[in-house]
Amino acid sequence: MTFYFSSLHDFWWMDGHGPYVWASYAVTLVVFIALAAAPIRRKAMFVKQQRALLSRQSLQSEV
Amino acid sequence: MAWQWFHRLGSPKWFYEKTASWAKVLGGLALVMLSVGVVWGLGFTPAELKQGNSYRIIYIHVPAAAVAMAGYYVMALSGAIGLIWRMKLSFMVMKMAAPIGAALTFVALFTGAVWGKPTWGAYWVWDARITSMLILLFLYLGVIALQEAYQNQDSADKICAILALVGMVNVPIIYKSVDWWFTLHQPATLKLMEKSSIAPEMAYPLIFMILAVYVFFAWLLLARTRVEVLHREAKTQWVKDIVLGEK
Repeated sequence: MTFYFSSLHDFWWMDGHGPYVWASYAVTLVVFIALAAAPIRRKAMFVKQQRALLSRQSLQSEV
Repeated sequence: MAWQWFHRLGSPKWFYEKTASWAKVLGGLALVMLSVGVVWGLGFTPAELKQGNSYRIIYIHVPAAAVAMAGYYVMALSGAIGLIWRMKLSFMVMKMAAPIGAALTFVALFTGAVWGKPTWGAYWVWDARITSMLILLFLYLGVIALQEAYQNQDSADKICAILALVGMVNVPIIYKSVDWWFTLHQPATLKLMEKSSIAPEMAYPLIFMILAVYVFFAWLLLARTRVEVLHREAKTQWVKDIVLGEK
């Protein structure tokens, strides 16, 4: 298996189709990163909120 | 005895504990496979005879579209299992599948539009394949909107499951649209039963990317469902233990 393009410039330009190809891959990358980050962020938020809630509750029960 | 695993699978706590290592493996595998597949498709395959290099969009367009359609079955069948066996976990899977499916449908439509410009001369045409794919996006968005519309989670789950099941009729229509109607969209490139209309050096990375997006979908669905389990079980002691045990 060899690299198809003769230079990095060719790889970037893709005989004029570069903008279409790279735009497609860039948008897909952004969407995939957002998808992957969503559950990780949501769990971190949940743990933070619940911990605050639990510590409030334990404070109240001490009083 | 034989059905014990099925009922256990319905137990959120059991599910959460058993899937921890699966989530890590699938996440890592998805990252590696997607990276390899993208590099392979972009740089190590020949250009297409008629379409030139624009065809390289196929390595994300077809996998995204295929998994968006398969994901709809996952969502609808999870809804059906939830309705029939009253399994809460199944409803959670249904709810969590909708945003992933919507995002993948968007990717398929967007990359298709960008590919359409150099190939057909237009970003958008109202033909059968593209229109039925747009309907798929609206079905996914409908499920997401319905989930938000109900205060009561049980009602939301049931209504969404019914909408998802009714909308299932659209998936075979998308699949068959290129054969049933006259369309600009090219017919299926990969075929299971007959000879594919694509050269092997382009087919292998395409099949690889389809598998990669499947693994990515599986990981996302698992990771999202695990967090949804925590949310819905927030009042139980085992979730409190997890919350306090997290670093």
